[in-house]
Amino acid sequence: MKLKPEDLDKITERMRSSTALREGACRAKITVHMGTCGIATGARGILKAFLAKKEENRADDVLVTTSGCAGLCSHEPMATIQLEGEPPVKYAELTEEKVGRIFDEHVMGRKMVKELALAIGNERII
Amino acid sequence: MEEIALHILDIVENSINANATQIGIALVKDSSRKTLTIVITDNGNGMVHDEVNRTLDPFYTTKEGKRIGLGLPLYAQSVRECGGTFSIESGTGSGTKITAVFMLDHPDCKKIGDMDETIYVLKASHPEIEFNYTYEEVW
Repeated sequence: MKLKPEDLDKITERMRSSTALREGACRAKITVHMGTCGIATGARGILKAFLAKKEENRADDVLVTTSGCAGLCSHEPMATIQLEGEPPVKYAELTEEKVGRIFDEHVMGRKMVKELALAIGNERII
Repeated sequence: MEEIALHILDIVENSINANATQIGIALVKDSSRKTLTIVITDNGNGMVHDEVNRTLDPFYTTKEGKRIGLGLPLYAQSVRECGGTFSIESGTGSGTKITAVFMLDHPDCKKIGDMDETIYVLKASHPEIEFNYTYEEVW
């Protein structure tokens, strides 16, 4: 992939226009955990894979964003999927193949992939 | 980190977490001096003087619930391993500027890696932030 400055501007514009959901109108939110631990174990590729699935499905009402370390470094790379009105689900030790399945079944099909899930709900590291 | 582009992604994530709305990423490859200079600037919260001094301590972090902060120490270590230089300038409310100079002819210098992918994922996942990425080669 060789990006030109105009390509980057197009990406920003496309994402801006497809994400009025950032202000709260999204059906699903995908958060890829991009702490140092996550990045070192492949979170960049995981984020790229989620973005590709969003584009492929023209899922404009799905927000893909990042956050810091989830506090479970040995399980990285991780992502949290939250559907509107449902508790967040954390998926761990992700691969691009797992991303495809999680997007198709959980994000699009609204059915959690139980065997890949690590935790449900909000937790706090003490 | 396997490549410099991943360090850059990690450092820029810090800027995002510090509420930056404008982030500059400038790379200059100097073929005659065999250096790669990377300057990352943001208009985020910034740090007080004492915090700046402690950012390279891996057991220092300002993140709630965490005891370690490895991003900047690992970045600085990668620079040190190839004989380069590293500096941080920051002030409360005036953002942060991190400058790293990698010595490209050093056997322990990491490869630059996939900068396109780093910039793509940053822009696509944070369209609300203004990223200014430049890459320049000088001889």
